[in-house]
Amino acid sequence: MNAIVFSAVWGILMMFSGVFVKSKATPKYLAIAGIILLLVVNGMELYTGQALFNIDTKDMLRVNSFNLTFLEVVFGATALFFMLSGRDVEKVGEHVGEYFALMFFVLCGVALSATYNTLLLLFIGIEIISIPLYILTGSDKRNLKSNEAGLKYFLMGSFSTGILLMGIAFIYGGNSNASFYINNIQLGLGAMPVMISIGLVFLLIALSFKVSAAPFHFWTPDVYDGAPTVFTSFMSTIVKVASFFAFIRLFENAFGQVQPQWQKLIVFITLATLLIGNITAVFQQSVKRMLAYSSIAQAGFMLLALFALNDRAKEGLVLYSAAYSLATIGIFAILIKMNDLTIDGFNGMGKTQPVLAATATVFLLSLTGIPLTAGFQSKFLMLMAAVENGHQFWLVIAAVLFAAISAYYYFRVLQAIWFKEAGETPVIEAGEIRSSFKLLLVITAVLIIVLGIYPELLLGWLYH
Amino acid sequence: MLGTYFTFPELLLWLPLVAGIICFFIRKENAVKNVALLASLLTLAVSVISLCYADPKYSSYNNVNYYWMKYLGNSFYVGLDGTGRILTFLNALAFPIIFIATYKNNVKNASSFFALMLLSQAGMMGVFVAMDALLFYFFWELALVPVYFLCSKWGGEKRIQTTFKFFVYTFAGSLLMLIGIIYVYLHTPERVFEDGTRSLHSFALSSFYNAHLSAADQNWCFWLFFLAFAIKMPVFPFHTWQPDTYDQSPAPVTMVLSGVMVKMGLFGVIRWLIPVFPVATVNFTHIVMILSIIGITYASCIALVQDNLKKLVAYSSIAHIGLMCAAIFAMNEVSVQGVLLQMFNHGINIIGLWIVVDQLEKRTGTKQISQLGGVAHKAPVLTILLVIIALANIALPLTNAFIGEFLMFSGLFHYNNWYAAIAGLSIILAAAYTLNMIQKVFYGDTNAVTAAMKEISLNEKMVLSFVAVLIFVVGIFPQTLITLTKSAVDYLLLSAK
Repeated sequence: MNAIVFSAVWGILMMFSGVFVKSKATPKYLAIAGIILLLVVNGMELYTGQALFNIDTKDMLRVNSFNLTFLEVVFGATALFFMLSGRDVEKVGEHVGEYFALMFFVLCGVALSATYNTLLLLFIGIEIISIPLYILTGSDKRNLKSNEAGLKYFLMGSFSTGILLMGIAFIYGGNSNASFYINNIQLGLGAMPVMISIGLVFLLIALSFKVSAAPFHFWTPDVYDGAPTVFTSFMSTIVKVASFFAFIRLFENAFGQVQPQWQKLIVFITLATLLIGNITAVFQQSVKRMLAYSSIAQAGFMLLALFALNDRAKEGLVLYSAAYSLATIGIFAILIKMNDLTIDGFNGMGKTQPVLAATATVFLLSLTGIPLTAGFQSKFLMLMAAVENGHQFWLVIAAVLFAAISAYYYFRVLQAIWFKEAGETPVIEAGEIRSSFKLLLVITAVLIIVLGIYPELLLGWLYH
Repeated sequence: MLGTYFTFPELLLWLPLVAGIICFFIRKENAVKNVALLASLLTLAVSVISLCYADPKYSSYNNVNYYWMKYLGNSFYVGLDGTGRILTFLNALAFPIIFIATYKNNVKNASSFFALMLLSQAGMMGVFVAMDALLFYFFWELALVPVYFLCSKWGGEKRIQTTFKFFVYTFAGSLLMLIGIIYVYLHTPERVFEDGTRSLHSFALSSFYNAHLSAADQNWCFWLFFLAFAIKMPVFPFHTWQPDTYDQSPAPVTMVLSGVMVKMGLFGVIRWLIPVFPVATVNFTHIVMILSIIGITYASCIALVQDNLKKLVAYSSIAHIGLMCAAIFAMNEVSVQGVLLQMFNHGINIIGLWIVVDQLEKRTGTKQISQLGGVAHKAPVLTILLVIIALANIALPLTNAFIGEFLMFSGLFHYNNWYAAIAGLSIILAAAYTLNMIQKVFYGDTNAVTAAMKEISLNEKMVLSFVAVLIFVVGIFPQTLITLTKSAVDYLLLSAK
């Protein structure tokens, strides 16, 4: 509750900051202050169990330690993102204040879609996330690729929004309780009513689109590649895990009892996502595009939570969100500073930028899922959840084999960093890297390792 | 002090780990070499002392349990038992030998090199002392990562692709094992910790031994585990990564890989496979044995026609490991005893062989057998020591490997005459390719390549003599090592029944 109010208010504040503040650097500091405020008020709500405002939402929002912890993770990741890449946001264009304002609106949408209890608020949450993103994707106005990406994202996104709304309409129509509340949908005793089934499939398609699960992923590589790299980082991490959270929240609370009836669909989507994401990532030369496909592949692993739908899966999803966001934000923060975005661009980084290289190594190892990193713990919990579920065991085997394939493309970057000789042009212009940036990267890497050794530090809050 | 603040397994684990991390920050090449050597000697000292405290009454010196990831029923439980003790000893002994033997090698970025070497030692120590499945898996993977970097950074021309193949192979295998671990875990009984917290399931080794697994579950979980171990050993047909990797890795890393790391696979079978899946083990013994025996004959035949010295040793290693794998699955006291002894012996012998190969390559610049010849004229000491090690490698009486192979073969004969007879062919083949190699490389006339060859220097002489002495000592007095592992053997056979 706190988070929704504060993120919306701060977004408006940021929007008007452009009018009063002339310096280009100020919005960044304002944004960092805002995100820390969000972290604090959300943390307070998590700790005390009491929101600052007593608003009667008619049970349309439901807050518990689980979604508050998730929001804390999202805000933490955003804070890190602002601090690491804030300076790069300034380079995108003139309207720095507005960019940050849009990101705060996204955060408001994230908070809504993490706590919703009715289909309508789900829709509003997802829309509040999406619309600012369309703008951010196309924010590099002089760049044709950015324009194309923005338009593409907008067209595809509105199409999927239509499907989402249609699904909601079907469910409302088929629900004999005539209610939008997700835990109040009459699913019938045997097979689901036809209207509900159609609605469920529509919702599944729309949300799969939002989390870029195959076969609804086609927008992802182009949009991630075309958008300014800072916003790709934001989109592929914070926004993605938030959509996942909304996804699993809906299917657990609304359709959890009839999971056997739709589990096969999830199996298909998971397998397709893992297959397409991993196999295509192998062939990419541009690291930015590789990370786009890798984000699809990681989504495949997160879909295992939806497949399993048990306590482990929910713990796993929160940890996965943290592990994946931290590592991806870190690697993008480095990538933004680089001259050459292909894999060869990393050649010889181990020699010229040892600190960056070492932290990038931690991020990539975490994405691969090597023990001692948070990435391992989260993959481990996901696998455990899926095995515990007891059905379709071969899916788990397929998932780990794809995880082994993922080592291929992550390690190609590692090979470039450590084992190849540097080219003529420097990996990164010397002036680009400040020591505060290095320090933040090191902190991120340490966080990943700490979570890899003591995941309870985060998971403990789920049951606070 | 001991037992309250420190235990042996902890010391064995932390010493190389901490020393490894320190090494990253030492800039001078000589200093880092000395620190690494000193650390490995310290570890060896601890390991030797731990051998004297093998008695069960010292159990508080040898076991320690910390809470770690308690919510899943896991703990940081490390301990030394018979099998663990002999392998930690091998691990502790191997590194000083390697460091001294390669002391004069020039290494670029020495600090990272020695740091990673020590980290890999720590990882392998962890594998041998871990008593919790998740902890075991952690170390299993962590031992691999430093080796990946070592081989890719300091290896030969084709190092990057070769090492990568090796990495992906083993990584895929270990991930499958992870699924197996999770599946068994979900069938373990409840765990109650000392402080009263309960966990629904448990990763403890003892709980794994008592998991409620149906015969069908065991059958396919067996393969998930076995695949990981088979790739690591390697057993035919999962061996394809090995000859190339040995060929391309820098010499010290090859020694680590073949001397110690392949033992992780055998060790896994002994501790985590057979006792956890006794029913499946009985079901699949024949398949595993046939695979091993195919591997033995196949690798020996390839070794026979191999011209690359390094690949020859690699294939001979596949043959030896295959024999050990077959002997474990024969599952009788004699054969398992032989395996435990032979794991140690093979580690020492093969490191000795690699040292010689490394010297030859360094001094002549080639590893092709056909280009060498007459080395004995130029380096008599090297030749004598090599001959001793090579004879141990083909298990001549009085050498250490004789005892091991004798025990293994008599165990195999108990199990099945045919298997033993076919596997026995490998002895003849081993003699053929080893003696052929000695003849071609060391005897005959010198040629242009070997004419300028020099005798090995003092440190190398010392190490090789030490290996030779060890070969004879274990060959003549094997009883000490046999007693050490007796309890482990009994336990294994008991649990499998």
